[in-house]
Amino acid sequence: MFKQTTAVTLLNLRSIPQRWGMSLATVLSIALVVGVLLGFMAMASGFRATVDGAGSDDVAIMLRGGAMAEMNSNVSRDEVRLLEAAPGIAAGAQGDPLISSELYVVADALRRTTGTRSNLALRGLGLHGPELRPQFSLVEGRMFEPGAAELVVGASVQREFEGFSLGETVRLGPNEWTVVGIFSTGGSVFDSEIWTDLGVVQNLYQRGSGVQTVRARLTSPDDIEVLREHVGNEPRLNLEVLTERDYFARSAGGTVTLIEWAGWPLAILMAIGALAGAWNAMYASVDARTRELATLRAIGFGGFPAFIAAMVEAIVLAFLGGLVGAGATWLLFDGVSASTLGSGFTQIVFAFAVTPGAAVQGVILAVIVGVLGGFVPAIRAARIPLLAVHAD
Amino acid sequence: MNATSPLYELKDLSKRYTRGKETVTIFDALDMTISAGDFIAIMGPSGSGKTTLLNLLGGIDRPSSGEVHFEGQRIDNLSQGKLAKWRAAHAGFIFQFYNLMPTLSAAQNVELPLLLTRLSGKARKDRVKTALDIVGMGDRARHRPGQLSGGQQQRVAIARAIVADPKVLLADEPTGDLDRSTADEILETLQLLNAEMGKTIIMVTHDPAAASHAKRELHLNKGRFEEKGKA
Repeated sequence: MFKQTTAVTLLNLRSIPQRWGMSLATVLSIALVVGVLLGFMAMASGFRATVDGAGSDDVAIMLRGGAMAEMNSNVSRDEVRLLEAAPGIAAGAQGDPLISSELYVVADALRRTTGTRSNLALRGLGLHGPELRPQFSLVEGRMFEPGAAELVVGASVQREFEGFSLGETVRLGPNEWTVVGIFSTGGSVFDSEIWTDLGVVQNLYQRGSGVQTVRARLTSPDDIEVLREHVGNEPRLNLEVLTERDYFARSAGGTVTLIEWAGWPLAILMAIGALAGAWNAMYASVDARTRELATLRAIGFGGFPAFIAAMVEAIVLAFLGGLVGAGATWLLFDGVSASTLGSGFTQIVFAFAVTPGAAVQGVILAVIVGVLGGFVPAIRAARIPLLAVHAD
Repeated sequence: MNATSPLYELKDLSKRYTRGKETVTIFDALDMTISAGDFIAIMGPSGSGKTTLLNLLGGIDRPSSGEVHFEGQRIDNLSQGKLAKWRAAHAGFIFQFYNLMPTLSAAQNVELPLLLTRLSGKARKDRVKTALDIVGMGDRARHRPGQLSGGQQQRVAIARAIVADPKVLLADEPTGDLDRSTADEILETLQLLNAEMGKTIIMVTHDPAAASHAKRELHLNKGRFEEKGKA
């Protein structure tokens, strides 16, 4: 049986070039399905990686109780003072607490790729703000001077938006700013932000002395509970205390889920289309070889080898489609920069990431399409009437 | 099988098709015996049931009623699997359009029936070489069907039919697609296989010249056989 099956299978596979048009259409339609799925998955994993990269376990973020995002949070100056004396917060080189009060506003700028204006986060931060981002490094220029209308710009912003080169003067809303530095946080969400001195943002945007969030370096990740307990027991503080990692996971989770939930149904819908394509191609393949298959059966071959051979052909074509789809997606999208609206109604720039795990899922989907698309035609191949030996 | 029993015995054989609401009888209550070593040409007008009869003899179709016996064993009621094994062991088929696998070489085509046996790879190769030599195609073993003429393809098909050493060769219009001189060469090859290798050959043809190469000519008309005498 093994010899029979091998012989019929090789016979099938060798005859694929004779039906290259239909076979190629099957491969490409399945490649498209895998490409769409992997495109969405690459978007989701790239976005997740960008947001996850921003979160740290030893940095606490404090927001107004019930506020889901920085945008709708408000922390008063008095609350900030109370937090400066809270336990569990590490001290800086001068002995002062490693805390950064932060306020961000939405600015807009011109995108290089589309020529349209998109929102950007302009973040005012305290003296220790950069220290609280472990991957922070100044790539070019210098930090802004406190009290000056100076900006340091995230690497993604400089790459994706016009007017943010070092030394350029840029107008954000009614104010003009000078770009004095370019920074990187290793591709995290902060790379999509513009930073300046907190006091300047409060002044130019008339926000008084309030801030939206307070970030603090913890003496150790476990001290989040100490800080949380302290804040919970202090009646003058109405704040929620989260690790930065938890905060970003909460913020990103919805977006990632949305992308994945959009990707899978779309891929499945397209897979149904590809299934029909594979089905047709395999029917055409079986029909084209009706006389050959009948001849083999007349010689004494069984129907089962014909069934297996047709299934193998369908799976091979689908597998090739999966590889082509995964390869093309990797070549076209892996590392490609894109942006989407983050939880603060500002653009978060991230890179598509075609992961090996996603590629494997794509190829598995392709093989499933092959198995389902090949099954009924394979049964037909196994049941070719012997009298078809006389077909001309 | 003893020396006097026939190779084939057809008993009260009928074949009917249903076409819509109409039942068409191809032949009815047909009795016939074929001896081992015979070379029979079955002739008759189109639709007389020549090819249908060949299909029944080869176990690729089943009668509506009646029995087909081969060497005393009834074959028409065998299961599909057993009938496939019977075909592999006892029958070699030669078709009008050769029915070779276009992507395989001549040798690979000829080897196909041997894949159903327990022969080793070397033994299979030896058998394939012998079969191709017998039909004069030893030097074309590596050629694919598309690289061969019609006559050469039919020779390869004959080699495939004899490679497993079946007792009977069933040929359906084996020269129907060939010119006269090539057809004669093929028919001489069949005569050789009959005379020197003792193969029983049953050939369906509409060509009297082809039929004249056989030992017996049976004319099938309106469901009845009429044997033409031969010298």
